[in-house]
Parts: sequence; structure tokens; C-alpha cells
Amino acid sequence: MDGRGLPHDPYNLIVAGVGGQGNVMTSRTIGSMLAAQGFFVTIGETFGASQRGGSVMSHLRISARCSWSPQIPLGKAHMVVSMEPSEAIRVLKDFGNRQVKVITNTRPFLPVGVISGQLSYPSDEEIRGWILEMTEGAWFLNATEEAVKIGAPVLGNVIMAGALAGTGELPLARELFEGAAEKRFDGETLAQNLTAFDVGVAAVSG
Amino acid sequence: MSHLHKEKPGTRRLCMGNEAIVRGALEAGVAVAAGYPGTPSSEIIETLSESAESQGLYVEWSVNEKVALEVASAASFAGLRSLAVMKQPGLNVASDYLLHLSGSGTRGGIVLVSADDPGALSSVNEGETRPYAKLMEVPLLEPGDVQEAREMTAWAFELSESIRNVVLLRTVTRLSHASGTVVMGNVQETEKRARFTHDGFIIDPMEGVVMSPPVEWKHGQQQEKLEKARALFETSPFNTYEGPDNPELLIITSSVCALYSREAVSLLKAQERVGILKLGTTWPLPEVLVKKHLASTEKVLVVEEVLPFLEGEIKILAAESAGEIGVKHFFGKKEGNLASTGEMNPDRVVGALSAILEIPYEGLEAAYAQRATEVSFMGSPNREATFCPGCPHRASFWSINTVLSMDNRNGFVCGDIGCYSMAVLPAGFSTLKTLHAMGSGTGVASGFGKLSPFGMDQPVVSVCGDSTFFHSILPPLANAIHHRANLTLVVLDNSGTAMTGFQPHPGLGVDAMGSPAHSIDIPTVCKALGARVSVTDPFEVATTRETLFDLMEQEGVGVLVLKQACALSPEKKRTKAWEMSVDESTCLGETCGCNRLCTRIFACPGLVWDKEKGTARIDEVVCTGCGVCADICPVGAIGKVAPV
Repeated sequence: MDGRGLPHDPYNLIVAGVGGQGNVMTSRTIGSMLAAQGFFVTIGETFGASQRGGSVMSHLRISARCSWSPQIPLGKAHMVVSMEPSEAIRVLKDFGNRQVKVITNTRPFLPVGVISGQLSYPSDEEIRGWILEMTEGAWFLNATEEAVKIGAPVLGNVIMAGALAGTGELPLARELFEGAAEKRFDGETLAQNLTAFDVGVAAVSG
Repeated sequence: MSHLHKEKPGTRRLCMGNEAIVRGALEAGVAVAAGYPGTPSSEIIETLSESAESQGLYVEWSVNEKVALEVASAASFAGLRSLAVMKQPGLNVASDYLLHLSGSGTRGGIVLVSADDPGALSSVNEGETRPYAKLMEVPLLEPGDVQEAREMTAWAFELSESIRNVVLLRTVTRLSHASGTVVMGNVQETEKRARFTHDGFIIDPMEGVVMSPPVEWKHGQQQEKLEKARALFETSPFNTYEGPDNPELLIITSSVCALYSREAVSLLKAQERVGILKLGTTWPLPEVLVKKHLASTEKVLVVEEVLPFLEGEIKILAAESAGEIGVKHFFGKKEGNLASTGEMNPDRVVGALSAILEIPYEGLEAAYAQRATEVSFMGSPNREATFCPGCPHRASFWSINTVLSMDNRNGFVCGDIGCYSMAVLPAGFSTLKTLHAMGSGTGVASGFGKLSPFGMDQPVVSVCGDSTFFHSILPPLANAIHHRANLTLVVLDNSGTAMTGFQPHPGLGVDAMGSPAHSIDIPTVCKALGARVSVTDPFEVATTRETLFDLMEQEGVGVLVLKQACALSPEKKRTKAWEMSVDESTCLGETCGCNRLCTRIFACPGLVWDKEKGTARIDEVVCTGCGVCADICPVGAIGKVAPV
């Protein structure tokens, strides 16, 4: 592998969201597509009870040279893919920098503190404004709404992976996704996954 | 990710650390594996069970970690290679047997994998495996990355057979749950034939009785085995050095801390000044090797998780060898360069290195960091962990909390490890007041239940999960019943070891390999022990409340089994028992007088507050249709209908 296709080496990608949204699936899908091309991929993640309903993050280190540690150093993320808008902001606090890019689902998953009225949740405009202020570029899509149209909210993860592919930041060709999806799904579920991937690609190319 | 045995040697694949351990065990020809679920170790037994049928393995989820080690050791005594798997607190459970096992010695290769969780990412402590190696006098291996996890596990079986004793392999969350590129090795086709030879000369290690007596003689044998391991460690390829011949600073490290150290040196561009000695064999220390590197420098920094275990041992070695290699200046945890709580990461190592080497470093740009913190304060409200939408535990604790309030004697709940530990938080209405080891809630409650002669009149409830019931509730329950303690045990039976991924337990009719198993009925067991027993569905809030109140008001031990499958269980996936809705004309919102009971107190993520309308609203995407909130609303504004 000669590093072609990587804007940085290691490329530091964070997949963020709320426990139960399917983060592990998203990071594995992206990681497998890159590992299949011979890149060294390290994914650092945590899961278990304490993650339920809480903020979750997977760190992906992608390199043509060697394996990197499962934790991205502070301030060194290149891209944040977030299944939940306020979680994208949370990640930027520790791992952001002026050059970072963000792709985020715009559908909020309200913290219990917000539901109970102790905390308030920012408006859509506020979130967009802050993310644009804190990044070099950002893409916003309502992946949950699109996923429900395709058949299930969990497909939002595939839409987000598709959106990352659509930005062209990383070599994530559709054929690689097809290969990965065909191993795991068939019939209608496979079709839904492929549709979701395409919806994600289209959402950032428009 | 399954069927790891099928991968051809030389194939590169993205593997989780736990999968790499499995592949290593398969390559070594493991025949028997036993464990108890616990994050971050659970995927090892799960993944092995997928290869069980085709590879002719026996894989089981044992009732607890001590039994797991006993089961695995039987295979070793019969000449097979075996694996025991647990998270570190489970090693505490197994340690009684481990002391005897390490004294008796073993036959077929046996590896005990113990997974630590530095930073307690999915635990309620930062328990350490490494001191057990010293305490039990057995060798300790620590893989430094995912690739090494495969290689080291395979070699651990050889080591075990060459010294005829159990080998500890320590992993950590950031290795077990990290994924990385792994190149596969050869899967050995071993003959898996079991025969326990026991009728030779009584103290013959391969043909006699397997036991630790005669103690002093066997103890000497055990220490000789450890010295043999040390000799092998001196030339082990798992101990590596990178850096200049005479570094200004020598880092000595192990496990994933080696990756953090390498990254930190690279971030500071200090490769010409710093050398990294990564140890894969950390007990007993390869003393000749470590001394050689200590001699090459004046300054030494030890990077490890969590306690200064290596640091202490290396300092002893340095003190013993000071005449030979000179006096060293040590940096590490004792000196305050690194914390002795929480997990390591590249930034912590950078912090220590930049201070020692006087290299300035800015990870987060200061102005950006300040603004990002402000934005995060406004834009990312704190997300406290909570029970999943539709979780039976929320309903169960709602009833327990209500009954304790109705009783009005300041009653409380004693608990242990499980998703239900979150009942210390508002998620479980802050009902849980003691939280310790598996099964401890009931043991502690048994003690509280005998304090009435001292004037204690508070009712005592304990909770446990269905898997915990078999793991460690039976002894404290027997204790409480025998001693006529006053307590009510609530078994939160959600049909599986839910927190770690629905592993089966003795209460279910299936085993780890998917074969039919004898299921043991929890209510029948409790009745046989002499408890008063009731069973209800926690989603039936009124019935549950009445039943619990009735049990609690009587003397002695009562058991309430609350039976309802976990909201995430495979059987419930994508199905809703009820279609929920809020009648906006009935919901009185803030004017009701209920103080927004549903969204402010019950606080299921599937039920949200609609600011504009001033009423509660169902979030269709999040709601799982358990129907419980319909019973919470005092004015009946929340409706449930069967889905079409």
C-alpha cells in the first residue's frame, strides 16, 4: 500500500453517537472496507452497560504505514461522523481543530436530562452555526428520517457511512460496501442497505 | 466476524483483540474453553462457540469464573489444551482455585485470559490482573497489539506445557475491544483425546494425584517452573526494543501502553532521544534483558496501567544491580509523572515526556480549545447513562421505589453488577444504595436483615439478575434463609446475561454452543431453599407493586421474580407489543399537578416533552412499545393499542 487516497497518514476518524444507535456497526463497516484495501486500520471503541444511553465514540486510525494506538491524541481528528448532532459538538471539544470536518445526522436523540427539563437542547440553527464555526467544512443530513423511509432507523448508520464515502475523503468505493454487505445480508435487508449507502452518498454530493 | 478457524494462514483481516485471542487459541489446538461473561472479555467465548462444532471443541458459559477455571483445568488434567476466560473481577472469584491449581501443576496447556478495564469504561472498579501473577507464582503474558494477541495466545499453550503450569494472559479493554489488522497463522490439527491418568506414583506430575501437597516440595517445584519461564522470557520475541543504543530516556512499557508510548514519542519527534523497551512477558521479569537496557541509560520512565506494578519490580531489580549498572533516575507513577488511576492514552504519555525532555507540545490549540469548550457547554447537554427505552429494569425500579415510598420506613435496595447498577442514578430513581461485587447485594442485605436487635427498622430489598442468581446468589440466599434474616430479594429476570450480550446461563434451555441444556427454574430453587416466592411481569405495574408490598411486609426472606425479556433481546428486535400515543387533550401538562411525572421522573427516552404543545409526546423512533408509561400517567392520557 503506498498511501494513495489518504489525505493524512494516519487519518484520524471519529464515529460518534449515542449508545444503542449502532456506532460499532458503522465503524466496523468503514474499517473493514479500508482494511480490505490493505490499509492498517485500528479501531478503538468501548461498549457495555455504562454506554447505554450515554455518549459513545469509536476512534479509527487509518494508515498505509503501520498500526497506530486505539486512541486519537487530543486535537488530532481529521473527520467526525456523528449519528447525533450534539454529540458532534461534544467530540470537537476534545479532538477538534481548525481543519477538522464533520458529517452529522441532524436528528436529535434527547438526553434524559433534557427530557426531564433540567437541561436544554440547542436548536437546529444553533447546532449548524457552531459546527460550521468550529470546522473547515461540515455536511448535515437527516439520516434517521431517510432511514425510516427506507425501512428502519438503524439504517441511518449505513447512510452515514455512505455520506463519508460521498465526501471522497477516504477510498470507500461502493463495490467495497457491496462486498461487505453481501457477506452479512441478503434479500430485502441487503437491498435496503445498498439503498441507504446510495442515499448517504447522494446527500453530500448535491 | 465469525468462523475464525476458516481463515487461511497468511490472510490479513480486521480482527477485534478478543477475536485475535480466539484465533491464537484455535491455532494452538485448544479443545475446551470455559468462561463467565464480563466486559471486555465476553467475545472470546462467544467467538469460540461459533467454531465449536466444526473444530470439535467443547465451549461453555460456566456458572461463574471459579467453575470456569475448574472446568478448563479438568481438560488440562486429561491432556487437552484448554482456555479459561474472565474479566478481572472474575479472577478474584477464581483465585481461590487458582492458588491450588498453580500449586498442583497442570498437564495439557492451559491459559487463563483475564481482561482488565483501566478507566472502568464498563466496570465499577479498575481491578488488576498483574499482581495475581506474582501472588500465585505463575507466568504472565501481556500482548501489546492485536497481532501479538494472536501470536502470544498460541505460544502461551506451549509455555504452559513446557513448565506444566497455568499461564496468565492479561488483556485490557483497549486491546480486547480494539480492532486491528491481523495476519493469520497455522491452525494445528491436534488429536483431541482425553484421558486422565491418576494411578501412577502418587506425586508423579503426569501420572499421580493432581494436588498441591506435599506443600513445601510442590511449592519448590512451582518456583523452579517460574525460573524456567524466566529463562524463556529472556530471549522472547515478545520483548522488543526500538530507539538509539544509548537513549537519553528509556521508556519501559507493556500492553497497549506500548502503542501510546510510541505515539507520544512520534508526536514529540523524540525518536533520537528516547528508547522504548516493550515487555510482553512481564512476570517473572526477564532480568538479564531489563538490566542490559537499564545499563544503557541514566533516566527511566515506566508507562503502564493502572498501578505501578512494573515500576516497583524494575526498581527492585535496579536497586539489586546498582553496583553493576549504576544508580538510575526513575520517572513514573510514584514520582507523579503519570497518574496511578484511570487509563493511559497518548496525551498522558506526551505530558510526562514533554516535561522530562523539556519539549513544548500543544495538542489542542488553546484558542480553539477555549471556544470549543464554550460551544460544547451550550451545544452538548450532559448525557447521563440510562436504561434503554422499554427496559424492564426501569419498570421494576419504578415499582420497587413506589413500594418503598408507600411503606414509608426509609427502605432501600442493595445491589450488584449488571445494567441494574444504574439504579444508583435517577435512571432507576436512585433506589440502589449499595453497589459491590456479583451477588454482594444479597449478602449485604442478609447482614442488614439481622440488624433489628440494634434498632434498625428499615425494610431491606436486594436485587440481582438471572445470570447473577446462579453465579453468586445461592450462598447468600441460603445464608439469609437459614438465619431468618428479613429481606426481599427481587430477581430481575430478563432471560439472559443481557448486559454483556445475551449469553445463556443455567436458567435457560440452551448452552454456549446452541445445544439443548437443562434449565433450572429460579422460583423452584428459591422455594426449595425455603423462601416465600412470587413471580410477576414488571410491565404489569399494579400487580408487581401489590405483590412486592405483600412480600416486604412479612417476616423472613421473600423472593419476587420479575420476568420480562431485555428490550434489546433478539426475540424483541423491531417488534412492539403496543402502539403508544399521548392524547393531547387529556394531558394537562404543567397544570396537571403530576409535576410531569412521565417525562421528569419516569424519564424513558421514548417519551419526550413537547415544549410547543406543553404536553408529553411519544418519540416513535425511540419508543419500543412496552406500554408501561400508560400505567404511570395519573390522568390516563397515555394510551396503548395492539399494533395492527
